[in-house]
Amino acid sequence: MDFDLSEDLRILKASVREFAAAEIAPVAASLERESRFPREILKKLAGLGILGMIIPEEYGGAGFGAISSAIVLEEIAAACASTAVTVSVHNTACAGPIARFGTGAQKKKYLPPMARGDFLGGFALTEPSAGSDAAAIRTRAVRKGDRYVLNGTKSWITNVHEGGVYVLMASTDPARGSRGITAFLVEPSFPGFRFGKDEDKMGLRASLTGEISLTDCEVPAGNVLAEEGMGLRIALATLDSGRIGIAAQAIGIARAAFEAALSHARKREAFGGPLSRLQAIQNKLADMALQIDAARLLTQRAAWLAESGAKNFTREASEAKLYSTEMGNRVCYEALQIFGGYGYSKEYPVERLVRDVRVTTLYEGTSEIQRLVIARQLVGAA
Amino acid sequence: MRLELDDDHRMLRDNLRRFAEEEIEPRAAHHDRTREFPYENVKKCAELGLMGMMVDEAHGGAGMDALAYVIGIEEISRVDASLGVVLSVNNSLYSHPINTFGTEAQKKEYLTPFARGEKIGAYCLTEANAGSDAGSLRTTATQKGDTWILNGAKVFVTNGIAADACIVYAKTDPAAPSSKGISAFIVERAFPGYSLGKPETKMGITSSGSVEVVLEECEVPAKNLLGTRDQGFKIALHTLDGGRIGIAAQALGIAQGALDKAVTYAKQRVQFGKPIAEHQSIQWMLADMATDVDAARLLAYRAAHAKETKERYTLEASMAKLFASEAANRVAYKAVQIFGGYGYIAEYPVERYFRDARITEIYEGTSEIQRMVIASNILKG
Repeated sequence: MDFDLSEDLRILKASVREFAAAEIAPVAASLERESRFPREILKKLAGLGILGMIIPEEYGGAGFGAISSAIVLEEIAAACASTAVTVSVHNTACAGPIARFGTGAQKKKYLPPMARGDFLGGFALTEPSAGSDAAAIRTRAVRKGDRYVLNGTKSWITNVHEGGVYVLMASTDPARGSRGITAFLVEPSFPGFRFGKDEDKMGLRASLTGEISLTDCEVPAGNVLAEEGMGLRIALATLDSGRIGIAAQAIGIARAAFEAALSHARKREAFGGPLSRLQAIQNKLADMALQIDAARLLTQRAAWLAESGAKNFTREASEAKLYSTEMGNRVCYEALQIFGGYGYSKEYPVERLVRDVRVTTLYEGTSEIQRLVIARQLVGAA
Repeated sequence: MRLELDDDHRMLRDNLRRFAEEEIEPRAAHHDRTREFPYENVKKCAELGLMGMMVDEAHGGAGMDALAYVIGIEEISRVDASLGVVLSVNNSLYSHPINTFGTEAQKKEYLTPFARGEKIGAYCLTEANAGSDAGSLRTTATQKGDTWILNGAKVFVTNGIAADACIVYAKTDPAAPSSKGISAFIVERAFPGYSLGKPETKMGITSSGSVEVVLEECEVPAKNLLGTRDQGFKIALHTLDGGRIGIAAQALGIAQGALDKAVTYAKQRVQFGKPIAEHQSIQWMLADMATDVDAARLLAYRAAHAKETKERYTLEASMAKLFASEAANRVAYKAVQIFGGYGYIAEYPVERYFRDARITEIYEGTSEIQRMVIASNILKG
C-alpha cells in the first residue's frame, strides 16, 4: 500500500488549485447568482488540457487516468461546483464512452474538438418517467435505411445548449427491455432535435440543465455507439467512472465549506475568544476533517482500481459516491452551523455550497441506488 | 500511490484468516462466556509471530511492518476481539515502547521473551481518577539508592491477570505540573509490593484479563527506568499513537466480522417468502455497513503507511481510531438488527460483537479525546 501522491500528481494538484483560486473562485458567487454559464473559464480550462483530460493523447487529449481526473475535479469543485459538473459530464459521461466504445471514425470526429473545447459533450439517459429506473426509458429509435428515427424526451441533461454531441440512450427493441437499449451519438444539428425548457435549480445554477426533445430526429446509422442493445452496458460502465467524478465533486465542495468554516472559527470571537477554542466547535471541525479524508480515500481507491485496469470496481465506485455525497451534505450543513446567521446569508460562500452539494446524492445514481448496487455486489444478484 | 495490498500482505491476510477461523473462532464463545484468559491461543499466535509482530527478529519478533500489524490484529479480532486486544496490548503498548526507548539490556530481558510470547506484557497508565486526563495520575515513584519505590493503583489493566511484566507510569517529580515529571518503569509481577486487585466484570472483551494492579512500596531496580527520568508522558503519547492503530485494527476486525456474519445470515434467513437479503431494507443496512468497513480499513492502512514513512502520525492514527471504533459500533448494531431476536442471544456471535465493539470507542483514548487530538492538529496547521 502507498497512500502518497506521486510527484506528478502533486504538481497537477497544486497547479489546478492555483488556477482555481486565481481564476474560478473569485467569480463563482457572481456566476451562480446570475445563473451565468462559465464560458470564459471553460475556454481557459481547455487551454490547460482539462476539457480533454481523459481523452487519449492521439485525439488531442491529455490522456489522464481516473486518479488525475478525480484530483482535477475536486480542485475545480472547491472553487465552483457548477464548473466542476460541466467538466465532469463532458469528460466522464461523454468523451469517456466515445473513447472506450467508439469506432475510429467516431473518435476522430468528436474527440479532438471536445478536447479543444470547441463544443461540450453530454449524456442523455434520464427521462421524465425514467430516473433511477433507467431501463424504463421510452425514447424509441426505429431503423429506416441508413438512419434511425428517434422520438422521445430526455430530461435533466447537463450541458444543454452548449453541447455538440450527446451520448443518448433509446430503445431499439422494447420487447427486449433493458437489452433493447442502444446508445447513439446525437448532435443538436440533426433534424428533429430541439432543446426544451431549462430547469430552475436550487443549486449548481451556473451549470446548464434542461430538456432535449426528439421529434422524428434523424440519426445516421454510423452514429450508433458500439452496437444495438449495448446501451445499458455502456451506461453502467460510464456511470462507474461518472460516480468517481461526482464523489470528487462532493469532496471539493465539502473541502471548501470546511476551509471556510475553519477560517471563520479562528476569526470569530465569542465568549471571550475565538470560536475555535470551544470544544463544541472543535468536535465539528474534527468530524468534518475526518469525513473528508475518509471520502477521499474511498474515492482514490475506486479511481486507483479504475486506473489499474480492474475488471470490476462497481462496488468501490458506488461506495465512494454514496459516502462522499452524503458526507458532503453533512459537512456543508455543519459549516453553515459554525457560521451561524452569517452562514444563511449570500454574503458568505457556505450558503451556496449547501445548495450546490444537495444534488450530489441525487444525480448519477441516487444514494438509494448506490446502496442497492453495493448490496447486490455483497449478496449476489438479488 | 498503490491502494491495494501487495502479494506478501495479501498472503499474510489469507493465512491469518484461515488460522483464525480454524484455530481461534471455535473457542471464542467459550472464552467470552467463561472469561478465561486465552493462554493456549496466545501460544498459538506466538508461533506465528503475532506477539511481537513489529519487533525485529534479533529480539524475538517477526520483523513485520505496521501494515502487517493492522492485518494481523484485524484478522484475529474478526473472530475474537478479546484475543485481538490481548495481542494489541502486548505488541503496541508493551513491546513497542521498549523496542523504541529501551536499552539493549532491557530489550534482552523484557522484550525478547515477550515478543516470542513466552511471557505476556501489559501497560499501566490509567488510574481510578486519571482516565482521559492521564497526566493527572497520582502513582508516585521515589528514588532510594538504586531502587525506585512505587506507590499507587492502576485500573483497567488489559492482560493484567496474566502479565509477567508491565510498563508503569508514575510521578517522579511530584512538584511538576500535570503531565510533567512522569517516568515510565518496567515492573515485574514478581517484584515485592506488586499485587493484583479484583478482576473487572466487563460488558465485552471479557477474556482479556483486565484487572487492577496495586503497587505498595513496590521495589523497582533503577535499571528498569524506561527512557530517561521525567520522559514518561512523551513515551506514553508516542506509545498511544501506535496503540491507536492497533485499536483501529481491532475495531475494523469486529466490524468486518459482524458484516460477514450478517451477509451470511441474510442470505439464509427467509421471511415474506424470500431471503431477507432480497429485501431493500436489509440491503441498505448491508451497503452502509460495507461502506463503513471499507472507509475504516483505508484509514487504518493509511495510518500504518504514515507510521512507516513519517516522523509523526498522530493525526492519521487518531482519525483511524475514531472512525473505525465508531464504525464498529454502527456495524455491530446493524448486524444485531439483521439477526433480529437471534442477534440478541448468545447462541449467535453478533451479540458478542455488539458488546465487544463498545469498548473500542473508550480505551486508548475515548472518541472525545480523538476529536480533541484531531482538532488541535487541524488548528495548528
